[in-house]
Amino acid sequence: MARYSVFSLLSNALTGNRKWERVWRAPEPKPAYDVIIIGGGGHGLATAYYLAKNHGITNVAVLEKGWLGGGNIGRNTTIVRSNYMLPANAHFYEHAMKLWEGLSQDLNYNVMFSQRGVLNLAHTPSQLDGYARRGNAMRLHGIDAELLDRDQVAKYAPGIDLSQSTRFPVVGGLLQPRGGTARHDAVAWGFAYGADRQGVDLIENCEVTGFIREGGAITGVETSRGTIRAGKVGVAVAGNTSVVLQKAGLSNIPIESHVLQAFVTEALKPLVDGVVTFGAGHLYISQSDKGSLVYGGDLDGYNSYAQRGNLPLVKHVAAAAVTLFPNLARLRMLRSWGGIMDMSMDGSPIICKGPVPGLYINAGWCYGGFKATPASGWCFASTIANDAPHALNAAFTLERFCQGRPIDERGAGPRPELH
Amino acid sequence: MLIPCPHCGPRDLGEFTYGGDATRDRPDPHSSPGGGASAEDWCGYVFYRDNPRGRHVEYWHHGQGCRLWLKVVRDTVTHKIEGAEIVGPWADAEPKKQRGAA
Amino acid sequence: MSGYRLESARIGDTVNFTFDGKRYQGVAGDTLASALLANGVDLFGRSFKYHRPRGLFSAGVEEPSALVTLGCGARAEPNTRATVVELFEGLEATSQNRWPSLALDVMAVNGLAGPILSAGFYYKTFMGPTRKAWKFYEHFIRKAAGLGKASFLPDPDRYEEMNAFCDVLVVGAGPAGMMAAMTAANSGARVILADEQSTLGGNLRDSAVATNPLAKLSATDEVTLLPRTTVYGYYDDNTLGAVERVADHLPAPVKGQPRERHWTIRARQVVIATGAIERPIVFGDNDKPGVMLADAGRLYVERHGVAPGRQVALFTNNDGAYRSVAALSAAGVAITAIVEARQEIGDQARRIAAASGAELLTGHVVTRALGGQSLSGIAVATFDPKQGASESAHRHVAADCLLVSGGWTPTLHLASQAGGPARWDDTLTAFLPGEALQPWRAAGACNGTFATATALDQGAAAGAAAAAACGFASNAPDLPQADDEPVAEAPLPVWDARPKHGKGKAFVDLQHDVTAADVSLAHREGFRSVEHLKRYTTLGMATDQGKTSNVIGLALMARERQLSIPEVGTTRFRPPYTPVSLGALAGQARGANFRPTRRTALHDWHEAKGAEMQAAGLWMRPRIYPQGGETVEQAYVREARQVRQSVGMVDVSTLGKIDVQGPDAAEFLNRVYSNGFLKLPEGKARYGLMLREDGFLWDDGTTWRLSEARFLMTTTTANAAPVLSQLEFLLAAVWPELKVAVTSVTEQWAGMAVSGPKSRDVIAAVVDDIDMSNEALPFMGVRAGHIGGVPVLVARLSFSGELAYEVYCGAHHGAAVWTRLLEAGEPFGMIPYGVEALGTLRIEKGHVAGPELDGRTTAEDLGLAAMVSTRKHFIGSAMVQREGLTDPQRLKLVGFVSTDGGKIRPGAHLVAANDTASPPRSLGHITSVTYSPALEKYIALGLLEDGPSRLGAKLVATYPLKNIDVAVEVVSPHFFDPEGSRMHA
Repeated sequence: MARYSVFSLLSNALTGNRKWERVWRAPEPKPAYDVIIIGGGGHGLATAYYLAKNHGITNVAVLEKGWLGGGNIGRNTTIVRSNYMLPANAHFYEHAMKLWEGLSQDLNYNVMFSQRGVLNLAHTPSQLDGYARRGNAMRLHGIDAELLDRDQVAKYAPGIDLSQSTRFPVVGGLLQPRGGTARHDAVAWGFAYGADRQGVDLIENCEVTGFIREGGAITGVETSRGTIRAGKVGVAVAGNTSVVLQKAGLSNIPIESHVLQAFVTEALKPLVDGVVTFGAGHLYISQSDKGSLVYGGDLDGYNSYAQRGNLPLVKHVAAAAVTLFPNLARLRMLRSWGGIMDMSMDGSPIICKGPVPGLYINAGWCYGGFKATPASGWCFASTIANDAPHALNAAFTLERFCQGRPIDERGAGPRPELH
Repeated sequence: MLIPCPHCGPRDLGEFTYGGDATRDRPDPHSSPGGGASAEDWCGYVFYRDNPRGRHVEYWHHGQGCRLWLKVVRDTVTHKIEGAEIVGPWADAEPKKQRGAA
Repeated sequence: MSGYRLESARIGDTVNFTFDGKRYQGVAGDTLASALLANGVDLFGRSFKYHRPRGLFSAGVEEPSALVTLGCGARAEPNTRATVVELFEGLEATSQNRWPSLALDVMAVNGLAGPILSAGFYYKTFMGPTRKAWKFYEHFIRKAAGLGKASFLPDPDRYEEMNAFCDVLVVGAGPAGMMAAMTAANSGARVILADEQSTLGGNLRDSAVATNPLAKLSATDEVTLLPRTTVYGYYDDNTLGAVERVADHLPAPVKGQPRERHWTIRARQVVIATGAIERPIVFGDNDKPGVMLADAGRLYVERHGVAPGRQVALFTNNDGAYRSVAALSAAGVAITAIVEARQEIGDQARRIAAASGAELLTGHVVTRALGGQSLSGIAVATFDPKQGASESAHRHVAADCLLVSGGWTPTLHLASQAGGPARWDDTLTAFLPGEALQPWRAAGACNGTFATATALDQGAAAGAAAAAACGFASNAPDLPQADDEPVAEAPLPVWDARPKHGKGKAFVDLQHDVTAADVSLAHREGFRSVEHLKRYTTLGMATDQGKTSNVIGLALMARERQLSIPEVGTTRFRPPYTPVSLGALAGQARGANFRPTRRTALHDWHEAKGAEMQAAGLWMRPRIYPQGGETVEQAYVREARQVRQSVGMVDVSTLGKIDVQGPDAAEFLNRVYSNGFLKLPEGKARYGLMLREDGFLWDDGTTWRLSEARFLMTTTTANAAPVLSQLEFLLAAVWPELKVAVTSVTEQWAGMAVSGPKSRDVIAAVVDDIDMSNEALPFMGVRAGHIGGVPVLVARLSFSGELAYEVYCGAHHGAAVWTRLLEAGEPFGMIPYGVEALGTLRIEKGHVAGPELDGRTTAEDLGLAAMVSTRKHFIGSAMVQREGLTDPQRLKLVGFVSTDGGKIRPGAHLVAANDTASPPRSLGHITSVTYSPALEKYIALGLLEDGPSRLGAKLVATYPLKNIDVAVEVVSPHFFDPEGSRMHA
């Protein structure tokens, strides 16, 4: 029976909430597992969950150097969308979208996935044509998309400056009605709860310090909590991908780590309903269920492992926000934070078998990691379980860069800071 | 962040654009295609990065200043800059008289 | 009714204001909080979750409860702390998060459901019966959540930006900060002293100890005093962000004044003297209006002449709180009882207590606040540090105000933003600044130094050290004398004063309604790390950012885990210290000034002729020059037709232009372009392609050889800056041996393309000294000459496929040359044309532009393989032949004509006419579309899977977004004059 429901809330309330159990256990690491996932973030936890659920592989440990959900799953702007143009991305992110749509029920944990729409604004006729190309591609991939004119934009997002006197007047936009947001921490906790219930060991404060190699294959890891052996080791550590893979002796990694800042305002009564992105100055903004406006923009633009950005970008993103919504100027930024993005050379992810037997890689998420979480775990689990990629992640290889098969939505080329 | 441009003095981050890892040597084109530099060498140059956590040698372009390309040594964890030098034939250019720096 | 204005108060001018529509009077110098308190208002707002009545808790930025919406209409400012609002005439404030009224809030029923609405309850429910359920519940949850209401109207006020440089920035102008600034300034350093308060001096403000030195500081040239300025963020390399509230204490900014001013301060050294914030002690119903921090009670009495109550009780665990007793007694406010958790207290504290006449209950704690909507009394029990509060030995004490002090929390925010982890001090029961990772020093209360005399001394030392670090010899001023006072030096660690089975909700985070029980629940469910605790319970995530609650939450978790507080951990602070308005952060770069606007030399002319302008990156370009009531299509068709029939002219000044000079210039260009440039003769131009290193197409343009060692390169409008930057990179880092210099001349040259069969006649009519004959100026020829005495370059280039010339002149002569050419063209019916017609003409010719050069295409994809040399090395040559780039299945450029007369739309996708799948498979997409006046039908360019092998195929250009399908035929992209005879004429 589901542990969480309105009935369990009621019965626990009657006993002073003293009978709730840990959402996940805190086990000691065993000497060996079938599969080890390095990284207790959203992707790592989702991978463990789907390994158990879809493939019956439950002798699994997730090793997290800090606390579960402490990486980018807990420091993003919570946007979920599948409004991609290129086929490989469109199919993958739409699979994620479908998983999102049933995730709370699947996990028995309310991740508050809220489909209030994602709107991309266009500021020139040619930009709108570009969105039309993308929107039509989405439709042809079976994904919902609508092209809005200015009046429809006004109705969708009141408060937007639709005047001609602003620097980049709005001409229309591309809306994905099924897009939206989810409660980011709940996604980590929900997957942790779901994985733990199936017997996966979630091990916090356990840093991987090295890999064990036997006969050319990876057969385990050295950690701050001792040696742990495993038949297969999956790496899902986002911004720390290069650092961890270097411990496995891999150096040819098409990834740079960059800091991306995000911001929230004080809580307000409903003001911005869906997610709105400003096409002329990089900005995305939405309002959480608690009432805070959540917004972000570009990368700071230099390699960084510091979860901390700089002032020019803080000001820049705020300027974009009040340019788009001039009624926000009197509202206040309450918190800011930085996450370390694993920026790939084409802006698309990598989910594949590693170049060494026993090693599997999940990385290169750029800005897109949060919305990918369920599909990333789903595909990575499949890749690990079957020792071969699923069709949905077959294109997300490490080799595609050298082969000249980039999946480059922005057409920016091998300049990670531009994706 | 202030970048110590050897020509202009310490200047705000906003004046510069980032050029990424400066440790990769461009393979000699005259030995390729066919000989010398392999496809893998070129992949390494164009796509692969060490992406270190810590000391990083990187290019910055002082586009809103002297327009020189700089090689900057910066820590990717603390963001502290160890030093900067001008890249290329202008490396010995006369520096602008510097005022006190932080 | 609680507070009132003391008779002893210095009464200033009367100030009228309203709260929830009711009129009140305050006096000059009041905050909104002090004025309401003086009027006996004790209900200020409702809490976030349970909608419990809330009063005034503090007198500063840490206020969690007294949040109001200030002003109305476009100037409405929600979630404003009444404690920091300086009262002004006509101020309007409204309470928040209540319905229908503050006194009667129906959502207070949430309080009854308290145990169900425990931490994280929403993760456990609202999931059924169907997947759609959340959408239903969420609608109500969103409405119920949030606090104040924001306006949908644009903010009418202006925000300013300042950049400042100094030797020493001192943050906080209390005793320590003031002395640091004095000392550094005396040593000769340039000093900025910033403080969030309206008056500098901190606890010493209004006393001679502060006013004299501050007067001296303000008279010093190298010192900038910034009152009402909050330094909110400490960024890399000693760059700090601050916001000055210029006009928030006025009804509206006066003419020319910004509302707020953002300061970016780059300091060589920083002294952090940000003080400390008092924290409460948790007990039952500790949120009742009338429960207030002890020092806040003192400040209302001393600063504003307002008593916080008529029957005041004090609950403390430290000597510092006795300062409040002294202040209240001196003002004649009745103190009924002092509930002191410790058995032993300091001598001075004891003397103050005795003099106050209050009953001193040592070894006691307050276990519960009593009363209805506001406080009427307290329950008190004996207390033992090991056993806690007694379960049985209770008594009640009458009080309409309870002042609470649980010790002080140093304000570490800036130190933490630029430093290592905070250090725990067991005696002070407080975190202190960690290692300085940037050049700063902490002094005074934020450094754990609570006594005024010591803080003055420490401030002076920090100021001297900071000045010395900047190279100034120390010259310390005399230390002022401070009065002796009781200090919160060793608070008894009491965090939660309730007995085990204590009654009432015990709040840790007042604004977010996080209770001690929520912390226990988080522990029970495994949310035990500090970050999990915060995120699961939302502790410290409210607008007050947990200033009075974080340490208590940590202490309660430490109790649950049976660890010490530092073992549980601390939170790292991120900017901002207090919330900062988006307007201040945005500054002036908003709205029309969000980005610079680039205008060509001919911009005014275009506008004067009624051109419809369109953004192209930062540039503005004429889209069409509509006549009468023409539609866009009618206008561009007319313009394009006139070019083909006679002559027209378009402004091409936005093209990137780069002057390339040096003995190795030709060699350099030969390495940069994929086609050959070594043999380009002087006086000739060549169309060139640039690839990226990965072999994909990047940019195109013509480059003109003006002399042996001098070229003029043109780039696309969009890539002008990145191409220049790349050329500079190549010359610096890749080929430093090449003797070449490159300079942007985009803005120096105005450019105009004269196109059409009559273009030669037009130019010949005005040019002074160029032989325009086909022989003298052949296709791709470039000549220098003059038009009306103005030096010009004339290049015979054609983007339109017509006989055409580009005329470049110095930007300042642009308008003169342009009008002169138009006058000369009058006999031919010459017209100006915009970028739409430019597009029409190039599409008819199959020339590629932005939509085709999208960063994913190769030269081969676009039919330009012949321009990619196989006999030389150039940027991209090593990677252009990779398998992915030569895959026959790639999308390739072809042309399309509408076969059913339908309008092909850009962004449409191509599907097979017989594809019955739903949805059908995309074979490619349309990139550029125009109605062709030459072909008299809609034509398009597009990228199609293996396109060139499908010539003649019948496809559908589908646009599912609008359910529009157009039948098309695949044709060559060279629609018009494929032999190029017209441009060679």
